[in-house]
Amino acid sequence: MHLYLPIAEMSVNVFVILGMGGGVGFLSGVFGVGGGFLMTPLLMFIGIPPAIAVATGSNQIVAASVSGVLAHWRRGNVDLKMGLILLVGGIAGSAFGVWLFGFLRGIGQIDVAITLSYVVFLGIIGGLMFVESVRALIRTKRHVRRKQHMHLWIHGLPFKTRFRRSRLYISVLPPVVIGFMVGVLGAIMGVGGGFIMVPAMIYLLGMPTTVVIGTSLFQIIFVMANVTFLQAVQNQTVDIVLALLLLVAAVIGAQFGARAGAKLPGDQLRVLLALIVLVVCGKLGLDLILTPADVYSVWVGGN
Amino acid sequence: MRFPLMIAGVLGLLLASLSPAGAQDLSIDLSAREVAVTVDFAGADVVLFGAADGAGDVIVEVRGPSRAEAVRRKDRVAGIWLNRETMVFDGVPAFYAIAGSRPLPDILTPAARAEAGIGVEHLGLVAPQGVAPAEAEAFRKALIRNNQAAGLFPREAGEVVFPGGRLFRTDIRFPANAAVGPYEVTVHLVRDGRAVDTTRTQLTLSRVGFEAGMYDLAFDHASLYGGLAIIVAVMAGWLANLFFRSRKA
Repeated sequence: MHLYLPIAEMSVNVFVILGMGGGVGFLSGVFGVGGGFLMTPLLMFIGIPPAIAVATGSNQIVAASVSGVLAHWRRGNVDLKMGLILLVGGIAGSAFGVWLFGFLRGIGQIDVAITLSYVVFLGIIGGLMFVESVRALIRTKRHVRRKQHMHLWIHGLPFKTRFRRSRLYISVLPPVVIGFMVGVLGAIMGVGGGFIMVPAMIYLLGMPTTVVIGTSLFQIIFVMANVTFLQAVQNQTVDIVLALLLLVAAVIGAQFGARAGAKLPGDQLRVLLALIVLVVCGKLGLDLILTPADVYSVWVGGN
Repeated sequence: MRFPLMIAGVLGLLLASLSPAGAQDLSIDLSAREVAVTVDFAGADVVLFGAADGAGDVIVEVRGPSRAEAVRRKDRVAGIWLNRETMVFDGVPAFYAIAGSRPLPDILTPAARAEAGIGVEHLGLVAPQGVAPAEAEAFRKALIRNNQAAGLFPREAGEVVFPGGRLFRTDIRFPANAAVGPYEVTVHLVRDGRAVDTTRTQLTLSRVGFEAGMYDLAFDHASLYGGLAIIVAVMAGWLANLFFRSRKA
């Protein structure tokens, strides 16, 4: 069954889109990740223009994050104050990101910018995850003690405030800067940025792991809603039909994934996720360095 | 639905050609004047039929709405392929297909085709001024090649068939990625390597219903569209959570 996408202006097989959304949703449920970093490249692989894949992916992430944050909210695992401060940076970062996106699109470099960002970030994250998870597989579970209060340069910064739920007394500057950077990435790559936000919250800010996911999801909703809105207004690249198909399949897939994930062995799963990330990264990387079939391309509208 | 329409059209043409007033050598009609781009649009077929007065070959050209298209060339920069040179061509038809009652080279010589502007090589695609001719030619060829690869300039010429007597027909296939807008169909009657008559007709590809609504909303009321996209996403996420929570309980 084929469906004509109004903004992408192409006909797609509904079952391919649903299958992809469900598959990525399932993986995101199993691994507890957003899945945007898999969804956007997959959309690009089936021929959706990168600019539309990224902007539509942002819209889908709004749905996934709303669905995910509710459970954390009920358990009180959202640090609202931290979330709002991250959001200040996030809104500014995503606005800048969407502007940069439009600029790169205008000079014809958006495709390569998206691909390059993916290769760099998927490479780093996939590599780190792979090393970490293989190490964990080899090593029998050894108790690693983490220092409760690390004194980093971060603690010398001004504008300190108290984050009650995270039991922290730190400057507002690091969360604003982290939020900004993740916002820029969200706009360019169509990802929630949980894969950067979560480690940054744990290792840089020193937040307790219980509130990290909920707080990250909370701010992702608003940042990605902002990205969706700005992409729709400035670049007209959000395809609502494509987003709807993806998000319906993804939220259902995620529920099954979460159940399956609870029954599967965690360490092997993380190796698998790392491998998936590295394969996607490798495929995108090859597209950048291999000589293209045709070095010329045609862009409608003269830009 | 197409077949009765066609019969009606052919009958109409027959009647028209019987009347002595028709001084023209060619009369044509289409099975549809409007092609609707709907939710399930996956390309469309339109039948062109006509009658030719006297012997001769028929060439049919289908030209989509004209627009500007930029051709970009990638170059390797620090190991990565980046778009470098850009050349913008104005007045590029979004679609260009051709059909003939025999292979085109047998009907018209290359010189005659160039003169009549028939064929993808003679679309009048002109590079901006001040560009080296060799460069301009490389970009022009790339423009045609890319549009051929996308199916917008079909490589294979279609077939014009004469099922009997002076009546002819051809199927015009619009691919799923065909642009919306006005399309012009030009029919030439060729005798002794010379186009003796040319006649034109139009059809329109337009978004209708939901597709039109979404497109207009996205481009004319972008903030409303953006807001709608967010509301849809939030509702879907909330509903999914509600549904699966109640099932778990």
